[in-house]
Amino acid sequence: MNVQTKTWVSIGPLTEIPRQGARCVKNGDMSIAVFRTSHDQIFALEDKCPHKNGPLSQGIVHDGCVTCPLHNWVISLETGAAQGADVGQTTTFEIKIEDGNVLLAL
Amino acid sequence: MSKKHLVIVGNGMAPGRMLEHLFEVTDAYDVTIFNAEPRVNYDRIMLSPVLSGEKTYADIIIHGEGWYEEHGITLHQGEKITEIHRNERKVVSETGREVAYDKLVIATGSNPFIIPLPGHDLPGVLAYRDLDDTGAMIEASDKGGRAVVIGGGLLGLEAAAGLKQRGMEVTVIHLMPTLMERQLDTAAGYLLQKELEGRGIEVLCEANTKQILGQDRVEGVELADGRVIDASLVVMAVGIRPNVQVAQEAGLEVNRGIVTDATMKTSDPNIYSVGECVEVGGLVYGLVAPLYRMAKVAADHLAGASEMAFAHAETPTKLKVTGCDLYSVGDFAEGDGREDIVLRDAMRGTYKRVILKDNKIIGAVLYGDVADGGWYNELLKSGEDISEMRETLIFGQAYQGGAGADPLAAVANLSDDAEICGCNGITKGTIVTAIQAKGLTSLTEVRAHTKASASCGTCTGLVENVMALTLGDAFQLPASEGMCPCTTHSHGHVRRLIKAKGLKSIPAVMQALEWTTPEGCAKCRPALNYYLVADWPGEYVDDQQSRFINERVHANIQKDGTYSVVPRMFGGITTPDELRAIADVADKYEIPTVKVTGGQRIDLLGVKKEDLIPVWADLNAAGMISGAAYAKGLRTVKTCVGSDWCRFGTQDSTGLGIKLEHYLWGAWTPAKLKLAVSGCPRNCAESTCKDIGIVCVDSGYEVLYGGAAGLHIQGTTKLGTVPTEDDVIEVVGALTQYYRETGFYLERIYKWADRLGYDHIREVILDDLEQRKAYNARFAHAQSFAQVDPWAEFVGGKDAHEFNPINIRKLEAAE
Ligand code: SRM
Ligand SMILES: Cc1cc2nc3c(=O)[nH]c(=O)nc-3n(C[C@H](O)[C@H](O)[C@H](O)COP(=O)(O)OP(=O)(O)OC[C@H]3O[C@@H](n4cnc5c(N)ncnc54)[C@H](O)[C@@H]3O)c2cc1C
Ligand code: SF4
Ligand code: FES
Repeated sequence: MNVQTKTWVSIGPLTEIPRQGARCVKNGDMSIAVFRTSHDQIFALEDKCPHKNGPLSQGIVHDGCVTCPLHNWVISLETGAAQGADVGQTTTFEIKIEDGNVLLAL
Repeated sequence: MSKKHLVIVGNGMAPGRMLEHLFEVTDAYDVTIFNAEPRVNYDRIMLSPVLSGEKTYADIIIHGEGWYEEHGITLHQGEKITEIHRNERKVVSETGREVAYDKLVIATGSNPFIIPLPGHDLPGVLAYRDLDDTGAMIEASDKGGRAVVIGGGLLGLEAAAGLKQRGMEVTVIHLMPTLMERQLDTAAGYLLQKELEGRGIEVLCEANTKQILGQDRVEGVELADGRVIDASLVVMAVGIRPNVQVAQEAGLEVNRGIVTDATMKTSDPNIYSVGECVEVGGLVYGLVAPLYRMAKVAADHLAGASEMAFAHAETPTKLKVTGCDLYSVGDFAEGDGREDIVLRDAMRGTYKRVILKDNKIIGAVLYGDVADGGWYNELLKSGEDISEMRETLIFGQAYQGGAGADPLAAVANLSDDAEICGCNGITKGTIVTAIQAKGLTSLTEVRAHTKASASCGTCTGLVENVMALTLGDAFQLPASEGMCPCTTHSHGHVRRLIKAKGLKSIPAVMQALEWTTPEGCAKCRPALNYYLVADWPGEYVDDQQSRFINERVHANIQKDGTYSVVPRMFGGITTPDELRAIADVADKYEIPTVKVTGGQRIDLLGVKKEDLIPVWADLNAAGMISGAAYAKGLRTVKTCVGSDWCRFGTQDSTGLGIKLEHYLWGAWTPAKLKLAVSGCPRNCAESTCKDIGIVCVDSGYEVLYGGAAGLHIQGTTKLGTVPTEDDVIEVVGALTQYYRETGFYLERIYKWADRLGYDHIREVILDDLEQRKAYNARFAHAQSFAQVDPWAEFVGGKDAHEFNPINIRKLEAAE
């Protein structure tokens, strides 16, 4: 197994992400969607739907999933996997809250 | 043979029920009733819906004047009995009236307990016991301000919720650490508190009231810790005491209540007692179910020799506050030899706990998910050994073998005295008997005859199941397809219940209508958000997170994640200045495509999300607002040139189109709404395939609707011809509002009209002038809140987070 170095970066207070919503974090060319659920759990996914690259950050967040705005695939926030009959997976990133600040592992 | 004389002191729920039983079996008595309250017998437990405004006094009368006449009862309303002379067998009332009895029934109920705090007798300090209290609270709430409710038990919380619904600020002061501690354990009490706080009711637990402040009337409450809470109304709901005074003075045996044996006879063989004033088997009761059993026993013994005896049984508690689903029955204290099975779902905020002893259920506390309450209570009453199903017990009846997940089988398994309708205490047996005896076949009839599901309506599904079981093939379950996999309720049900129950937020709808998912899905959330927007204009706060991205950012998302922006062009008319501004915006933000749309305006395609706000700011500055090309709402009003230029034009179609668009823009509708106005029947604006189309003719304006030219092609149907532009505007406003109020989400106007019927819609909107005006007035009212340009709001700084990415702030420790 490759040992990769992870870096925790701060992306600011949890309160700047809307509940049941998301914000985007730009990391070079990549856009990462950081989601906050109604119970203040947070998740990070690459902002790219496994179907046709739809911006998941723009979808409706519900019950630990997000529904893609383009063609309504439902993606698990925890695993990045498409739900139901659809097949595909989006990259997930580790993320945590410390003292109200959100830290993202890149 | 002359009849014996039965006198009753008190005319509450218990003796009312007793008389019903008595008249079923005998007419041996002439009956006289004295009631201190100046009214007939009404359903005291429904005072809370009266307080909240969901019912009126007329709705909750149990026995109207006619009933007393029919049974030859003499009812002295507003006349209290002050003495009982047992030796002479007569009662004396406060007016000095004397009436002799052969048998006497004391049913004086209880008195609300008032803590004798300083200030407790100030005007504005109320108890919560009878209709007068309720009326006084309603009157006080009209003046607004803050109400303090002392006591966080069943009554106090119902009062608090009702007053809140009446628009008051409300604070509940409760001595104990958790609410309803006698019925709920700590976990459920906590969930309840959160729920109430979520509705804006302030809850102070472990708070002790020191005194009530005020000069001529109540002005506030001071707590023991020195806090002062301003209040224009104080409701004391700290408990009740059996009303034993007359019985005690007559020398009857009285302990906590009037002591009776299991036949409801007091220490005097000619005197019975029923209701909350009674102590039987060492216990006093405060819920109607046991009182009704007392009533039956007493009636049976009054009728003649009887074996019937009162026996204790646990009564479940429910709280009649819409959206607070809790259920508690039996004993839930911790204790030796007791075991708990608990299921919590933090996401859903539900909590279930079943308490076992010797493999039998002795208690249950449910919060949030109460569907299995009745089933646990059945197991508790029957004392069944549950070891076989222990593993799955907590998941509820649906998970047990046998009954399976089939709701009909589950209902079939319920005993006849299982309660189906909690509000009205209607059992399965009562419904079945009524269906069979009276030949009922529809839900409406069952409601009318049994009252089952006639109040809050949550048990409608259960009642339908009972009907299906009883009627077999004769009953067609109304086809009601759930609006999405999160619920079994159809769109129609949901719309009706939102109004009936006054549900004003998405969580409230989900809680009250028992959504099976915690937060709904991308299908139901936008629908619920629309229903709430349409039903509570000015009150409901639009939930942006429940809107599809296009409606959240007021632009259309494109396949590459960029957006398209369409400014409104009222009636398809533009100016050189507007065109110049559009051109400038396209240059400045390097917008790749500028296209004329099929809706007579211009689309800027390929705008980057970060550029949306500046693009709008520039368009706003040139006087343009969002064209809502993304909205389940008003899109365009297309026009032709009309009488201004065209040699065939009969009326000013362009001008009317502009007026209509000015009136309608900003309105949210179940699906998109497109209009067109053509100047003559040549129909150059394509009015005959629009949701609403106007065709101008010499004599006036033909109003057409129900057209479509998308996935489905359908010509419009004529609503009627009206003479003036003002009539057109009124009719279109009314039609739109009727559609807004009754349409299902994503149901275009032609589908809606197919469902409701074109004749029916014409009768309501065109023929009935009064209704037309009422619908149009409601539309205008809603528009006063809806006509806010979303672009300007965003330019002004609203929801800035939508548009800007977060920056990485600093690097933390490497791992
Ligand atoms: C821009 C435009 C095409 C154009 O370039 O002319 C257009 C573009 C879209 N139409 Fe349309 N429709 C446009 C006029 C029409 C018309 C013609 C009209 O309005 O006179 C129709 C047929 C008339 C009708 O609605 O009955 C039309 C029938 C549809 C339908 C089918 C609706 C149906 O109920 O069958 C859809 C799909 C839907 O709404 O679910 C649709 C959906 C769409 C969407 C919103 C697809 C989407 O969800 O992204 C397209 C958005 C593109 C964008 O980003 O702006 N569009 N669309 C037109 C915008 C008009 C405007 O100024 O607002
Ligand atoms: C707001 C509210 C909500 C409730 N909600 C529920 C609920 O959800 N579920 C439930 O099971 N229970 C509920 N209850 C309790 C239930 O209403 C009572 O248990 C029931 O009404 C008691 O009936 P009763 O006949 O014993 O007495 P009451 O209904 O209190 O009737 C007693 C009557 O006797 C009259 N009276 C008293 N003394 C005299 C006298 N000396 N001479 C003549 N008349 C006299 C009184 O004026 C009164 O009208 C609620 C009560 C209230 C106030
Ligand atoms: S016709 Fe189809 S492809 Fe063209 S704009 Fe309308 S929805 Fe898009
Ligand atoms: S791109 Fe997400 S569903 Fe198609």
